[in-house]
Parts: sequence; structure tokens; C-alpha cells
Amino acid sequence: MTTITADHHGDHAHDHHDADHKPAFFQRWFMSTNHKDIGTLYLIFAIIAGIIGGGISGLMRAELAHPGIQYLHTWAMMMDGPEATLDQAYHLWNVLITAHGLIMVFFMVMPAMIGGFGNWFVPIMIGAPDMAFPRMNNVSFWLLIPAFALLLGSTFVPGGTGNGAGTGWTVYAPLSTSGSAGPAVDMAILSLHIAGASSILGAINFITTILNMRAPGMTLHKMPLFVWSVLVTAFLLLLALPVLAAAITMLLTDRNFGTTFYDAAGGGDPELYQHLFWFFGHPEVYIMILPGFGIVSQIISTFSRKPVFGYLGMAYAMVAIGVVGFVVWAHHMFTTGMSVNVKMYFTAATMVIAVPTGIKIFSWIATIWGGSISFKTPMVWALGFIFLFTVGGVTGVVLANGGVDDVLHDTYYVVAHFHYVLSLGAVFGLFAGFYYWFPKMSGKMYNEFLGHLHFWVFFAGVNLLFFPMHFLGLSGMPRRYPDYPAAFEKWNELASHGYEIMAAGMLIFFINLIWSLAAGKKAVGNPWGEGATTLEWTLPSPPPYHQFETLPVIDDNGHH
Amino acid sequence: MKKVKSLVLAGLLAFAPALGMNGHALAQDNAVAAAPAADNAAAPAESANAAAPAAEAAPAATVAAPPRMKPTEGVGMPKPGEFTLQEQFTSTGHTARWLHDVMLLPLIFAISIFVLILMIYAMWKFRRSANPIPSKTAHNTMIEVIWTVLPVVILLVVAVPSIGLLADQYKPAPKDAVVVKVTGYQWYWGYEYPDNGIPEFVSNMLPEDKAKANGEPYLLAPDNRLVLPAGRPIKLIITGADVIHAFAVPSLWVKMDAVPGRLNEKSFTIDKPGVYYGQCSELCGARHGFMPIAIEALPPAQFDQWVLSQGGKPAGAAAAEKTADAAPAAPAADKKI
Repeated sequence: MTTITADHHGDHAHDHHDADHKPAFFQRWFMSTNHKDIGTLYLIFAIIAGIIGGGISGLMRAELAHPGIQYLHTWAMMMDGPEATLDQAYHLWNVLITAHGLIMVFFMVMPAMIGGFGNWFVPIMIGAPDMAFPRMNNVSFWLLIPAFALLLGSTFVPGGTGNGAGTGWTVYAPLSTSGSAGPAVDMAILSLHIAGASSILGAINFITTILNMRAPGMTLHKMPLFVWSVLVTAFLLLLALPVLAAAITMLLTDRNFGTTFYDAAGGGDPELYQHLFWFFGHPEVYIMILPGFGIVSQIISTFSRKPVFGYLGMAYAMVAIGVVGFVVWAHHMFTTGMSVNVKMYFTAATMVIAVPTGIKIFSWIATIWGGSISFKTPMVWALGFIFLFTVGGVTGVVLANGGVDDVLHDTYYVVAHFHYVLSLGAVFGLFAGFYYWFPKMSGKMYNEFLGHLHFWVFFAGVNLLFFPMHFLGLSGMPRRYPDYPAAFEKWNELASHGYEIMAAGMLIFFINLIWSLAAGKKAVGNPWGEGATTLEWTLPSPPPYHQFETLPVIDDNGHH
Repeated sequence: MKKVKSLVLAGLLAFAPALGMNGHALAQDNAVAAAPAADNAAAPAESANAAAPAAEAAPAATVAAPPRMKPTEGVGMPKPGEFTLQEQFTSTGHTARWLHDVMLLPLIFAISIFVLILMIYAMWKFRRSANPIPSKTAHNTMIEVIWTVLPVVILLVVAVPSIGLLADQYKPAPKDAVVVKVTGYQWYWGYEYPDNGIPEFVSNMLPEDKAKANGEPYLLAPDNRLVLPAGRPIKLIITGADVIHAFAVPSLWVKMDAVPGRLNEKSFTIDKPGVYYGQCSELCGARHGFMPIAIEALPPAQFDQWVLSQGGKPAGAAAAEKTADAAPAAPAADKKI
């Protein structure tokens, strides 16, 4: 990264009386047009959704700790009344997996990464006073509330065998059409529509802001890598989400208006849905991880006191991942009966993604190489991210082989793979970013000891939780099963213990969060020292309500 | 050359879905027919290890079905605490397992360990107390070229056997292959032997007590198994009747979606007799986890005996009838391969 030195033509302390005037509570939080407040709202929303989605995975790990049905039937009776059948209990299982997936993807990771950190820091990092369309920004956030309400509400209405949408987050037809009678799936689809609209509006806002509102001297090739990552992500959102919207609209009409887009009996094809879904779905996984790449790049550079190694390579590696990410979707469909040539193409194309990803991993290591590394909490999370993302990435290379995927597809190997890149990748990126920017956002320092403790407990927990899933998958345990043959017990039990440890780690996080907000030391403008070169560290902590009323000018003397 | 030919043939298979419409209509009919059968299906199983499926239902049968085969512990099923892939019993399985165990697994281990060692070394060597003044190096074209080109080379090396494996998996079955139509229903499997004239019978999961009494793993053991010959090429034609299921048997390296309106084909040859278990591998509704698969691979002679016991015609006889339009076939004892 270019070292950016901001040259302020205005004195912030001088602006204070004007820039820091905040509206009254209702106006400020319910009619907000301020990117920082909207970012805060997104983060709060993501934390609440994360608690719900993470709680659901706790239910699932409790049930899966041992073979047999332990709790599921009781839960079904709580949800559906005392007459709930075993089939309704099994359906509840499918509702749980569906809700966990959708919540974590659409209501936790995306709002936190893009809505939360993106809103907070993209304008500041490019030296802009706010987002390009502040009111649209507000709409983006508030659309998420009805979307989330619809998804949660769908749990209480009929969805086929029992209450709730039990289709998996992929909502494959015909299970989601003829296979799920009742309004639950319609509500879940509508929820996705609204969440998708929210994201499209957000993407338009970010693209416009980044392309038009950079401070004087802030060329594209001087933008911090986090801004680059959000720019690429916004393009992915803009191109991928309309495809999802089309796919699920056809689901709705198939369900309600007698069309047969996905029904072979009427000339349609269930595979069409999968192609459309994954044309969105694969870019979606990069949407979730790319901002994490950006966050990690900032942190690694800050705490090594070194500019990011190979800045341009890093930026264009993300662009390459974004572009190639659009042409590999059918590796999610290796067992659907595609022709051999198609399978060969998608095998080869998928493997290509390993190249830009490798560039990123090695460039991060080269960044810390020769640096002066301090192991503050954000840095240990970022370093944890690099290693665990590598582990998740290499199992991706295994799965990319269409021939090998024939046995691993839809097993716990896949579950392990995508949790390593998302739960241990994206989530580690989120925690790294949260600790990194917490002093800036709140004006308070977090507790360093609790931060480290959170990291180590969480690290041990998630590895114990997800690593044994590789073994389960290799030995053939299918995904989305509420019960399993006794042979799979050992690794499942271990994974469930891993969940307990991870949950303890989350408890430490919340203690740290509450303690720091209540009693944390006051944070200075730049608590990280000379390594922190991006514009947010030139502002006080927290930043004034309106920053950069006089635009900063980026010096031209920082060269790569 | 052979590979190229198989590639071309495999490419042609892509047009198979065009047959989809017929398949769908057929599947729908079967669904209706099979529904009552499903209810009775547990009944034959009650006579435990006795005969395989529809024995009672086939009045013409004069030959007794071979006894229900006992599974070998840990073969054709997951082993407790297992770290890696199940033992394989098809040639594709051997190749694929070789690719995984000999190429991919060591490779991903090496990469992960390499990254870990680099990170630990750098974290130690360049900690602030040991290295207070950071270097300002932010570029090195040579090293950037190396870490771009080297992964490309590694991936090319991986791609060669990987693409070969794909071609191998798509080798079409020879004409004399045993053909079984596999249909996924909510939530059981149906098996039909069109060339042998054995109508569809269904396969439901055995309840826990029955599976235990049979000495079979619960959740893997169905009442009626898919009976196939060992050592003879097999062609499964797989479809779904209601929603998408997936027919998967890990120890045979078989996993193919059962999609309504499509006929997917999977060809393989089982190395040796045995019982090979699998489970539905595409979310298909409430009892997705409760529609297991078991393949009973019999020695060819016993398989022919089983076919006769079901009132069907063994392979050679059926083929002869088709080609020569001949009269009813002779007993198939001469058809051993």
C-alpha cells in the first residue's frame, strides 16, 4: 500500500462545534443518513443475527453430539404443539439448517462486513464526508429488518411436513416448489428478495462513492486495500444478486402461479434453478470473504509497520478472484449429471482461483517478513485468518477436482471446507476488523488480555469443531442429517465439544465488549502508532459526526 | 486415442437429458404404483435374513434366492474414528483414491505446513523486540513471479490425473452391462431391472431393532437391497420421482443426483462380492437422512440365480431374446463371466 499522509487544510478541533452536532435520538438512529451511524446500526444488527444464527448451530451440535434423536422431538413439540410427529421433528432439523445458513450469510457476515465496516470506513478511508447517497444508505439498512422478520416469521407457518422452510439455504427446486406446501417458503423467498434489494442498493452506493468521491490525490491505485475489496465486492453484488432475484422469482411463480420453469413435466428443468442459484452463489462466497481480505491487509500492514507487499498484485488478485468467481459456479453441481466436458472445464477453472488466492497469502507473509511486528489483538486474529484460510483454501483445491468431488460432494468434507473459509476465514476477519476499529468507532480501548483470551479460546474451539468434519466427510457422512450411523460418533462428539469451547470464547468477547464500552480507557486518534497510515487514524476517536468538511489532500510522495 | 474416443462418447451423453420428459412421466407412474408397495415392504424384511425382496411376490419363480449376505464389519461402510476415505471396490474408486491419497492430500499438507512454518518463522524473527526497525521493501518482482508461476505449475501437475479421472468416470458401459433403473422417492429407493424383466421393488430403511437383529448398521441398512453382480459391468439409470435425491455409495465411488425429469447414468464394475452401504446425498425433505442404500454384490452365478428367483431373465438370455427374437431363454448357468 501507498503510505498516505493526509495534509489537512482545516483544523478538526476548529470545526468541532459544527461537525459534531448530532440530531436527537429518534432522528439519529431511525432516520439516519450518517454513514457512521448506519454502519453502527448494521454492526448491531449483525451481532443480533449472529447470536441467533450461532445459537441455532448450538442446537444442531447438541443434537449431533451422539447418534439417535435426543432433543429434536422435544423442540418440535415446543414449536408445533405436543402432537408433533417424528417427521415434523426431522422437518424442524431442515428448518434449522436452512435458518442457520441464511442468517449467517445474509444477516450476519454481509451486514457486518459490507454494511458495518464498509459504511464506517470506506468514506473515511477515501477522504469523503459521507456516502454518495445517504438516504439510499438508510433504506439499505432498514430493508434488512423486514427481510429478517420474514425469515424468522417463516418458522411459525406451515412449510410442508412441518412448520418453517426446510429447503436448505440453496432452496433447490423441486423441494422448494412442489416439495414444500404452505407459506413458509414463500416468506423465506420474499425475505431473500428484500435482503437482495438491500444489498443491490448498498452496492450501487459503494461503487458511486468510491468512483466519484475520493479526496484529491487519492487515485484508484492509492486506495487502501480495504476500499479495493469493498469495490470489488460491490461489483460482485451488483452482478450476482439480480440473477438470484430472477431465480427465486421463478420459484415464486412456480409455487403460486402454475409456471413450470423448474418442472420437467411442463418443459422446465430443476437443474436450471441450480445453475442460476450458483451463478449467484459462487460470487456470493467471495462477497463474504473479499472484505475480510481487505481488513486483514490493513491490519497486517499496520502491525508490521510496513506497507503491504505487492500492493498492485494484491488489488488485482482481488479483481481476478472476482472475475474468475463468475465462471466456476457449476463446481457446486458436479454430481448433477453434467457432461464430462463441462465437468472438466469447471474443474480447471476452479483450480485457477487458487493462483490469485496464493498471491494474497504469500503477499501477506511477505508483508510481515522484515516487519516490526507487534502482536496486538487485531494482529493475532489476522494472522489466525491467514493460516486458517489457507487450510480452508487447500481443501477447496481437493474439492475442485470433479472426479474426487463425486465422493466428497454433499458430505461433511464440504461443510468443513466452507466453514474453514467462512467461519474461520470471514469471521476471523470480522473479529480482526472489530478489534482493529473498535477504538476508532467507540472512542474506547478494548481489553487487550480479554481480546487475546477470546482469540485463543475461539481458535481452539473452532478448530476442534470443524477439523474433525474433514474425517467425517472423507469417511462418507452426508450433510444435513439429524442422525447418523454409530461409526460417525467419535468425530461428531468431538465437534460438539469444540462448539462448547467456541461458545465460551464468544462469552469472553461479549464480556470484553460490554466492559470496554462501559469502562474502557479513552482511545487516542491513532492508538496503533506509525504503522497505521490510512485516513481514519488522522481523525480523533470517535471521529466527529461529520468528517472531512474540508477535504484532505493526499500527498504524491508516497510511492510503492 | 482410447481416451479421446471415450471423451467424445461421454460428450454425447450430454444429450441424454433430452429423454428427460419420458423419464419423468414414467417416474410419476411408478410413484403411484410404488406407494402401496412401500407399506408392505417391511413385511418381507421381517423374515429377516431369508430371501431378498419380492421373492414371495414372484409366483413364477422356481429358483430360491441366495441367502441375504452378511456385511463385513468395516467394509463398504464407515469405520469408527476413520481418518480417510473408505476402502474402494471399483476401478474409478482406486484411481480417485490414489489421486486423493497420493497427490492431493500430501500436497495440501505440504502447502499448509509450508505456510505455517513461514508464518511462525517470520513472527519470531521479526517481532518488534527483535526487529524494531521495519524494512521498507514492498516489491520484489522476481518473487512475485515465482509465487504466481509455481502454483500454476503445481495445478497443471494436479490437473492431468484429475482430468484423466473424469474421463475414466464417464467410460460408457458395454452393451452387455446389467442395467438397473434407480428411482429416488420421498423417502425410499426403487429398483427396476428392465433388461431382466424384474419390475420395480422398493427399498425402505430397516428400523433399529431389525437392523440390529440382522447384524447390520442402523441407518445404513434397508430392507431390500439393490442386488448386483460382482465383476460384471453395471449401468445405473438414476432418476427422481418427486424431488431431487442423490444415489451415493462411498465405497464404490458412486454419487449421482436423482433428478425428476432426467435420466442420469452411472457405470461401474464392482471388484468383489460384498455389501456396500450408502445414503441419500441431496436434501430431499423430512426423512432425507432415513433412506439408506445397500448394494449386495453377488458372484455372477448367484446373481443369475437371484434374477431367476425374482421371475426375471438372466442377462445373456434377455439379450439373446432381444436380438434373435427367440423363444424363452434357457437357465443362465452358462452365462458365467
